[in-house]
Amino acid sequence: MLPGETAIVAAAALSDLLHEISRLGYTLVGPTVRDGAIVYREIHSAEDLPAGWTDVQQPGSYRLARRADSALFGFAVGPHSWKQFLHQPAVTLWHAQLADQGAVTFAAEPPERKRLALIGVRSCELYAIATQDKVLIGATYSDPHYAARRAGLFVVAVNCTVAGGTCFCVSMKTGPKVETGYDLALTELIDDARHELFIEAGSERGAEVLERVPRRPADGRAREAAEKAVRATAEMMGRQLETEGLRELLYANLENSRWDEVATRCLACANCTMVCPTCFCTTIEDHTDLGARRAERVQRWDSCFTTDFSHLNAGSVRSSIKSRYRQWLTHKLASWIDQFGTSGCVGCGRCITWCPVGIDLTEEAAAIRRTDLRSQTGREA
Amino acid sequence: MAAARRKRLAVWKFASCDGCQLSLLDCEDELLALAEQVEIARFLEASRATISGPYDLSLVEGSITTARDAELIREVRRVSRALVTIGACATAGGIQALRNFKDVREFASIVYATPAYIATLATSTPIAAHVPVDFELRGCPINKRQLLEVITAFINGRRPDTPGHAVCIECKQRGTICVMVARGVPCLGPITHAGCGAICPSFARGCYGCYGPADALNIESLGQAWLRAGVPRGDVMRVLRSFNAGAEPFSKAALDYEDDQS
Repeated sequence: MLPGETAIVAAAALSDLLHEISRLGYTLVGPTVRDGAIVYREIHSAEDLPAGWTDVQQPGSYRLARRADSALFGFAVGPHSWKQFLHQPAVTLWHAQLADQGAVTFAAEPPERKRLALIGVRSCELYAIATQDKVLIGATYSDPHYAARRAGLFVVAVNCTVAGGTCFCVSMKTGPKVETGYDLALTELIDDARHELFIEAGSERGAEVLERVPRRPADGRAREAAEKAVRATAEMMGRQLETEGLRELLYANLENSRWDEVATRCLACANCTMVCPTCFCTTIEDHTDLGARRAERVQRWDSCFTTDFSHLNAGSVRSSIKSRYRQWLTHKLASWIDQFGTSGCVGCGRCITWCPVGIDLTEEAAAIRRTDLRSQTGREA
Repeated sequence: MAAARRKRLAVWKFASCDGCQLSLLDCEDELLALAEQVEIARFLEASRATISGPYDLSLVEGSITTARDAELIREVRRVSRALVTIGACATAGGIQALRNFKDVREFASIVYATPAYIATLATSTPIAAHVPVDFELRGCPINKRQLLEVITAFINGRRPDTPGHAVCIECKQRGTICVMVARGVPCLGPITHAGCGAICPSFARGCYGCYGPADALNIESLGQAWLRAGVPRGDVMRVLRSFNAGAEPFSKAALDYEDDQS
């Protein structure tokens, strides 16, 4: 088989496919049910997938629910993102050792050479990974730990056949159809008569794996069924965000009173930034042992919602919750474009679902549009 | 290097349960290494033998609840190069700061057979209300890993790494599912100072606020969310009035949720 070719694989044969991938030396990471949510963690076979489960998502609320069928990918994205595995929560960067003679030696922590196969990556998530690539694998500066994990990936993408209550990838033009950046892309086709996977090979590796599992050729009808399922998802978006002129809108509304209003609700807890698949900020902390013989530097996830984040020698630059929420939203939706050439938002809706008080960035952006200061002062928009 | 004098460590106790001092004894694997680096000069929980001051580092547990305490803490400050408070009592007044909102004589009349024997102040106050404090380590009880970090930082003259952000970040770093969002469980995590490693949410329980108020917090908004979830007003007040009742953000906010039983 060649990249670009397609095949139909029975859902029951997905375990064979996963087995072939792990035989190549990959650790499988995929969706599985744990502690009341569908999370990403190491899996061993298709048995570990959330068969028959879906999720019901609203601002500040996530609940698992049973589906009427046994679909393997019949849910939207959950609390985890692939960031957990690629841009890890804590990474030791280097350590230093003091010798008896007083000499200090430094040693960089080598990147972990773990090859991961990500199972069930959604289109918005592929965009999120591409967004982090731009930040963390730059021409001048590159994060060796991220780059190593990124280089070793095998990606099994999934076309979404349901949209979550907080999804808005259609607005962000990041889904639901997977377009690029995968080794294999699956579309699950399930009804009373069949339970099959329409699979497209996106790379030579992907094609080789597909070749080794029981399959039959995909005809035009199968492709049409797969495309229809994804089109239906696009019609089911739980949210929408008007992106036309959004950057200019936000830049012109730094003094909009909506920021004061949202600050009364925002907890400044940082959950939105932690669950965001593109938020990349970290802090570094140095530690010593008791005898001051050994030191190490650790990189940890940080957030623009903490006061320490913008702490300079005289205190925090953004001391109010209002200024921190405004910083986050305007960076995500506006200045990210200036910095990296794309929006920082992929429309996955995690920040909306996992905000404990249900703050909805699509609603905040819409509210600012409704009260655009430019139209209030009579100037041209 | 070998000739350098070991720094002297002292541990002091005021009104408290001793749990935070025990965290030091709990450092079983690290205790010998610690004793090599510092001279444990005064630690009555571990040994009656004491070495007189001055001390390089004093760890102070407990709150000030008697006139004698108020005198002694000045003496502790006088003989200590650095003074670090450990735990909610020393940092916020502890659970015994509930007396601050009531008449302590009424409590004494109910609890003690002969209240006349009890000589106590009307309030339970943190150490920082009496003397300058160099660092406050949060928790009820404190976390032993954080305690070692603070001791190591002080003896090496560096800043301790004890982030003041919300417990939520610890949940997310360890991959714990948000109990508020996924289970509707009321949780104090969004307003609570990190440090414990987010233990309770990892057991599907809401955070109890043992580490007191986070650096940045919005108690009003979280309180509204709890009320929307059906938590009675008085219960919001009671969770704010626990081990860190005396911490100002909690004590102020609790007033907004007082009910008939309070």
